[in-house]
This record gives sequence, C-alpha cells and structure tokens, in this order.
Amino acid sequence: MDELIAKLKTQIIEQLNLEGVAPDDISADDPLFGEGLGLDSIDALELIVLLEKNYGIRIENPADGKKIFATIRSIAEYITANKKA
Amino acid sequence: MSRRVVITGLGVISAIGDNVRENFSSLKAKRTGIEHINILQTIHKGILPAGEVKHSDEELLQLAGVSENTGYTRLALLGMIAAREAFISSGAKKGERKRTGLVTATTVGGMGGTEKYYLDYIEPGKTGDFVKYINSYDCGDSAEKIADSLGIKDFITSINTACSSSANALMLGARLIKHGRLDRVVAGGVDALTKFTINGFNSLMILDKENCKPFDKNRTGLNLGEGAGYVVLESLEDAQKEGKTIYCELTGYANTCDAYHQTASSPEGAGAYLSMSKALVMSGLKVEDIDYINVHGTATQINDLSEGNAMTKLFGGNVPKFSSTKAYTGHTLGASGGIEAVFSALSIQNNIIFPNLNFKEKMDEFNLVPVTELEENVRVRNVLSNSFGFGGNNSSLIFSAL
Amino acid sequence: MSTAITAYCLIRNHKVIVNGETLLEKEKELKFSEFIKSAYDLNASANLKFFKMDDLCKLAYIASEFLLKNKKLSEQYGQENVSLLFANTSSSLDTDISYYNTIKDFPSPSLFVYTLPNIMMGEISIRNKFKGENAFFIFERFDPDFLRNYAMQLIKEKKAKAVIIGWVDLLKENYEAFLCLAEETGNGTELTTENLEKLYNVTNFKL
Repeated sequence: MDELIAKLKTQIIEQLNLEGVAPDDISADDPLFGEGLGLDSIDALELIVLLEKNYGIRIENPADGKKIFATIRSIAEYITANKKA
Repeated sequence: MSRRVVITGLGVISAIGDNVRENFSSLKAKRTGIEHINILQTIHKGILPAGEVKHSDEELLQLAGVSENTGYTRLALLGMIAAREAFISSGAKKGERKRTGLVTATTVGGMGGTEKYYLDYIEPGKTGDFVKYINSYDCGDSAEKIADSLGIKDFITSINTACSSSANALMLGARLIKHGRLDRVVAGGVDALTKFTINGFNSLMILDKENCKPFDKNRTGLNLGEGAGYVVLESLEDAQKEGKTIYCELTGYANTCDAYHQTASSPEGAGAYLSMSKALVMSGLKVEDIDYINVHGTATQINDLSEGNAMTKLFGGNVPKFSSTKAYTGHTLGASGGIEAVFSALSIQNNIIFPNLNFKEKMDEFNLVPVTELEENVRVRNVLSNSFGFGGNNSSLIFSAL
Repeated sequence: MSTAITAYCLIRNHKVIVNGETLLEKEKELKFSEFIKSAYDLNASANLKFFKMDDLCKLAYIASEFLLKNKKLSEQYGQENVSLLFANTSSSLDTDISYYNTIKDFPSPSLFVYTLPNIMMGEISIRNKFKGENAFFIFERFDPDFLRNYAMQLIKEKKAKAVIIGWVDLLKENYEAFLCLAEETGNGTELTTENLEKLYNVTNFKL
C-alpha cells in the first residue's frame, strides 16, 4: 500500500501539472479537493483518466469520484480493491 | 438616433430538417433528430446519440450547389446552405447596391477535414486529394466560402466564443446596422460534428447516453448536434421602404462574463442573470413582457441548475413559459445561437411555443416546469433566447414582434 | 476628456514591455515555456492555476497581470463595466494539436477545455472578477481599426467604462501578445487607430 501511495503521488503531480509540489508535500490523508491542493472539477476528470490509463480501472459515473478521490489513501484503497489482475 | 434592427430572412439546416420549413414541421410534430450516429466515423457510434444532419458530405455538396470540390468541408457546406436560404428568403437581389456583411461563428472551423487527413498531412512527401483541405482548417476559411457563395464583399468576420458564438454574431450584426456601418448583415453560425468534439465532451463526462432531458431532475448530460442557423438583419426603415417580410425585431441583447470557471457556470448563475437582465434593460421591456424563453438548456447538471437559478432570480415567482429545443437538434455548439434565433423568430411569426422534449420530473432546486406540449395560437410578442458558452461567455438576445 | 489608452503591455521575442519600459528580456534560445515561467516569477503574484493553463492562456494571463498591476478596475468601475475585446489569427490551434494527440488513447479533459480561444478572456475575467462583455474575433492579422471602433462603441453605449483590447496569438514557439487598457477618461494617449498601431509596432512608445 505504501509503495502504491508513493507512486500515486508522483503520478498525480505529473498528470495534474502541480508545479512546485513535491511528493513529500502531500500527505496520504489530507483532503485533495477544497483546501490543501485545491483541486477542481477538471482535475477530478483527469484523475479518472489517470485511473484508466495507469490502472485499467474505468469510472463510469463522475459523481462517484468525490468519494474515491477524497485522499491519496482512498484512491490507493480503491485501486487495490478494483485493479484487474 | 440609432436605427432599429429587424430580421428579414431566415435559414437553417439541422438534425430536424434541411431548411426552415422542414425544421418548423419537425418542431411542431415533436420529431427529434437525435439518434445513433450514422455518418461520422467514430468509436462512439452506437453508444452516444447525436443530432447529425441527415446527409453525407457528398449530398451536402449537391445541396450547396458546389460542382467541384476544391476543399469544402462539411462545416463550410452546412454554413453555405443555411446562409443562402436566409439570404434568398430576405429578397436579396443580384447587383443590389447595399453594403452587406457576413458575421459568422464557429467553434470547430475546418477540424472535420483536418482530423480526417491529419496523418496524411504530416507524412512527408505524401500527396493526394486530401491536400485541398489544408487551407480549410481555420474558421476564416468557412467564412470566406460562405461570403463568396453569396457575393458578400463589404465586411466578413468570424467569431469564436464557444457556445455563445452565433448569438454574439447577431449582436455584432445588429450593432453594425444600428451605427450605419452596413445596410444588411447575414449573421449566425455553423458547427459540424467531429471526433474532436465528441471525444472532448466525453472526457468531461457531460454527454448523455440516451436522449437528453433538459431541466429534468434526472438529466445526465447533453447530446451533441451539428448544423447552421443564419438570419438576415436590416434596418426597420429599409425593410419597410422595400416592403420586405419582417419576422421580428432584435430589440435587446447583452453579453457578460460569469467569471467563475473555464467551463462550468456558477451555481447561482451570476453571468446568466446579468446577460438576461441587461438585454431586458436594453429592450425597454419589463419582465412580465417576456412571453417565452428559449433557454440554453443543454441538460447538463450544471447548466440547467445555473440557468434555472438565474431565471428564478430575474423573474421571481413568474418565470415565463420556457423550453429548450436542444432535445430536438442536440447542442450545436457554435451554431446554437443562430439556430435558436431562427426558432425564436418562428415562434413570434406563428404565435407558437415549442415543447421541451423528454421532460418528466422537475428539478428539486426550484419550481420550474418547461412547456411540454406544443402550444399554438398563443400570443408570443417577446422571446428571450439564451446562449451560454465555455469561458463564462453568456449571451442573451430578445426578439420582439413589430 | 476623451477615451484614452492608459496602459499597454507587449510581449514579443522574449521581451516584456510595459508602458514603454522593458521589464524582462530573456535569451532567444529559451523555449516559450521557460520564458513565460520566468515572466510569472517576476510578477510575484502566485497563482497555482497558472500551471494548468495552456500556453496561449499563460501568455494572455501574464500580459494581463503586467498590464493591470496596481490597478483595481473591478472596484473602480464595477465588475460589469469592464469589458474584454480580443482577437487573434491562430485561434486555439496550438492546444487543438496537443489535445488531438491524446484522442487516440485517452482524450485529456484538461487540454480539451482550452481548445477555444475565448478561454483566455475567461481566465483573465476569473482572476480579476470582470463580468462585462467578452468578445473574441478571428482575423488574419492585427486590425487596429476594427478593435478601436468596437471598443469606442462599447464605451459610447455605456456598456463599459474600461475595455481591455488584446491581440494574443501563439502557435508552437511563435507568439505575440499586445494588450492595452482603454478607459472612458484617463491620462494617457487618445484611443485612435493610429495610436493603437503605433503601440503595436513601436516598442518604446511612451503613453
């Protein structure tokens, strides 16, 4: 899980063009949207693309994204639960 | 003293018909043009419904009267067909000495040709028939082709402000006449369906896999469409002097910025509220004078909420009858303002209000129920037409009976 | 007192010129992305959203930040009374190409939202809370006469008290941005076609 979380941090920084943010700056349990990184709705869509591109997981309903993308940890847990073998 | 501006010609081609008469007939018969994609070659065929114009590119070449295809994209042809219908219906005559302009609008320009031939273009040394489309890429190319086909030389321009583009074209056209710069303007817009837009909107996850349901509680997104809508604008004075048919007057318009997000509108609809209220002020009308609103009504979660909130704020408990005609034509992007201007003019000319198809349950956030059956023999004197685009570009037009 | 150009900003050949003064000059070999980042760093006002913009919007945004430094137009005139009037020749072609290259695998939503040239006005409006008219035109080349007349009309009709006129074009490494602020009344140079043309062409024009 820790390895996945570390990998996710790097991937997210790249996919979302988070300039000046280092993986160490992001805590696994801090909220991604609203405060902190201040991601918005377009970022949420890019995260959906990231999940499909890097992990083969397709999210059909964008509304599900809110829960799944709450924190890095929740994303990692979702991937672990749904990744195709 | 600035001149009053009226509409003397209408032209449209869309998923529900090749001309004004066919579109009007479909609107009255509640016959949608949204169905599974047949013409565009896309991976979304069979999955995403859209409002395609029911003709192949070859058929459009014939409809447009083009004998030799020297690089006419689907978009240019659609624009030429509708602009010509408007021009002819306004009684335009060859050799007339009228300062005439074309203000057209589009969001994809020649993208339809480029995406088909992109890989051929970039292959070094490759030549073929596709080469003739290279210059057709930019928006200005279709503007020039449309202007050429009508013999318009005095003024030509293209506007690209996303989904409010052709409403803005009508605004500019009106201004040019009011201030005596031109005597006649063909104004409107055109957009053709492309893989570029389908994939783009799909990546934003705002497309409905079924037919869209504007202003419905269970709406899940929009259907894309294609087509062209143009009107001919002239001064009231000239139109009356020449005994022209006058469909209606363009009495008010406004463009504002929502200043909230690149693509989403603000939940409270600040920009929409501003554009509607400013158009109203310009027209000199009061809220109770509006008989019908042709809403932007794309059926996305965000737009309908935002627009509904703005309407409620502006009209209070007395929101006029309203409907979205996008469940007939799909969201035609840059052409929507022009196509819906034609529908608004038809509404006034025929005292008719077109229904909002597919509506079943009203939204929770406010008490708004659109018109769901065709209403004939209703007094329609003033119509408000909204077109809201990405970038927070909000336009509202008001058309009035003379 | 007539409508005046009260400020302007020119960004061309890796130089940023504001009201006749060169504020930044970088080596020609630098890529646009590096140049515009150094312009962003120079302006000091942090905005992480900058890094999500496409190159065309970055260019327009930076030009506007320089143009409007020390100005508070929304407060001074009211949000609805500041209008934007922009034009270019390449539309959003640069980003259209980048976005198009993602279609075959995974279409990128964050690129798609920038495939419209008017988004640059949206970015400037969001940043500064401008809610007035936003108009965008596609021309073959910079047309000072059209832009001047349109801006004058907006002010005369009382649709705006201040208009930001912009010509912002970018395609790969070829770019230029020319922004000027026209105010209903103010100290500066009269808003005429000749003056607009002069500002666009001559880099050391003092207002």
